[in-house]
Amino acid sequence: MNLHAIRAIYRFEMARTMRTLMQSIASPVLSTSLYFIVFGAAIGSRMGEIDGTSYGAFIIPGLIMLSLLGESISNASFGIYMPKWTGTIYELLSAPVSWFEVVIGYVGAAASKSVILGLLILATARFFVDYEIAHPVWMFGFLLLTSVTFSLFGFIIGLWANDFQKLQVIPLLVITPLTFLGGAFYSISMLPPLWQKITLFNPVVYLISGFRWSFTGRADVHIAISTAMTLGFLLVCLAMVWWIFRSGWRLRN
Amino acid sequence: MSSALANPLPAPQEADVVVSVRGLGKTYTGGFEALRNINLDIRRGEILALLGPNGAGKTTLISIICGIVNASVGQVTAEGHDIARDYRAARSAIGLVPQELHTDAFESVLATLRFSRGLFGKPADAARLEQILRDLSLWEKRNSKIMTLSGGMKRRVMIAKALAHDPKILFLDEPSAGVDVELRHDMWQMVRRLREGGTTIILTTHYIEEAEEMADRIGVVNKGELILVEDKHTLMRKLGKKQLTLTLQQPMQAIPQGLAGLPLELSDDGLTLVFTFDTQSEETGIADLLRRLGEQGIDFKDLRTSESSLEDIFVNLVRKGNAP
Repeated sequence: MNLHAIRAIYRFEMARTMRTLMQSIASPVLSTSLYFIVFGAAIGSRMGEIDGTSYGAFIIPGLIMLSLLGESISNASFGIYMPKWTGTIYELLSAPVSWFEVVIGYVGAAASKSVILGLLILATARFFVDYEIAHPVWMFGFLLLTSVTFSLFGFIIGLWANDFQKLQVIPLLVITPLTFLGGAFYSISMLPPLWQKITLFNPVVYLISGFRWSFTGRADVHIAISTAMTLGFLLVCLAMVWWIFRSGWRLRN
Repeated sequence: MSSALANPLPAPQEADVVVSVRGLGKTYTGGFEALRNINLDIRRGEILALLGPNGAGKTTLISIICGIVNASVGQVTAEGHDIARDYRAARSAIGLVPQELHTDAFESVLATLRFSRGLFGKPADAARLEQILRDLSLWEKRNSKIMTLSGGMKRRVMIAKALAHDPKILFLDEPSAGVDVELRHDMWQMVRRLREGGTTIILTTHYIEEAEEMADRIGVVNKGELILVEDKHTLMRKLGKKQLTLTLQQPMQAIPQGLAGLPLELSDDGLTLVFTFDTQSEETGIADLLRRLGEQGIDFKDLRTSESSLEDIFVNLVRKGNAP
């Protein structure tokens, strides 16, 4: 294992975050605060409790996931796309590193940023609403698992993209709608029965439901199913990255 | 048959081969065949210049050896390690300075060197990096962001990055592209120092002057094929022509009968006679020519000899498109 390489990539990526602190951390925290003000304080005060939880507290897991998914994908895809775009990827491709070491470096850094971001949003939420975390270890575990999985997904997007527009297409046109429709602002039990069934095809439902369970102890789908679905997606992403590096697709051809 | 005979030990000259390329070919996804059946042995400690026009396949060749591009067919070893199966050992031995100035604009010079050294699996070594930066006159700029440096300085940074893990084999892809004369000469000196330290150097160039100045051996790549690899001096001797140019006292209408059969050309104004001779032959024919000129009463006021440059040889080879 080339540990020096993993550390070099990780440090490089974290240094990039520090250079773009406003964009990477401050901007998502600010936009989430605005959600809390609008949905938590202004509209939430006129809404009843959902499953025994105030609306403001209910939306916290969904809002964290909303930022987490977007930022994980954005950070990881940008991290690997930029060397491709500037040409500096030549060094990575000519270095004695395995695909897995590259993944640990880039995805590890992107996931670290996402975890920090998630915890910052959680801390920010305290200023607007009262909430409790029923299962803190599970909460952190889910935060970490989601960050890693979606950073890995973003890494694939960065490898696939060959222009800046493609970097934005999937986060904007796929992930954001799926997150909004995945129960970030409502419980899927509030939907008509047919839509409850259709919603179960949305993978983000399992993420938000699992994460919400760690806060409230109640979930739309069982925590085991949520965990299994997320782990399954993680493995699919890993297999895809392995194939990309093995075949050299869009990297060495 | 004994196993020793079935798997004979490498001949001494093979042991000195640091990079071996066998039957290498590359066809890009769009169908463009960039390389065809390349066979090449690069010797330890030499400076090999790969010459060829733009688009000949030089960069594809070194990109495959360095691991940046996958080969379609063939085998490459570096320091005896297969570049695909044993890529860690093979790539650890290699450093690459690409043609384009690919740099992380927002990084500092020292940070980008630390990154390169780490990426190649070497532990941090501040003293070694300082030495590399000092050798390349970059130490004063170590904390500068790369985006603030001039083109020449960026080129030095690229070289420093390639040297950060102390490679035994260094590839320089068009090192003189867009570089001023001073930096070019600095670079040549640096390359010589590296070679003295035991580094094998492969450079691609389309500046003949660079190959002539630096290389021990020349490889000529044209249209995806390696049309020859030859010791520089042997190549110049084999393919070079020498000419004796005589400036005459009186113009001639035509070459006289007494000089018939000699490889002579008369200029249009009748004042210059050019005699072409073989550099390899024992008997150049100059003595015979001068004797016959005397017999014919042809006086000349000046004579000089000239040798064809590597550029002439290269242009001839590429025009012909195949080996001599």
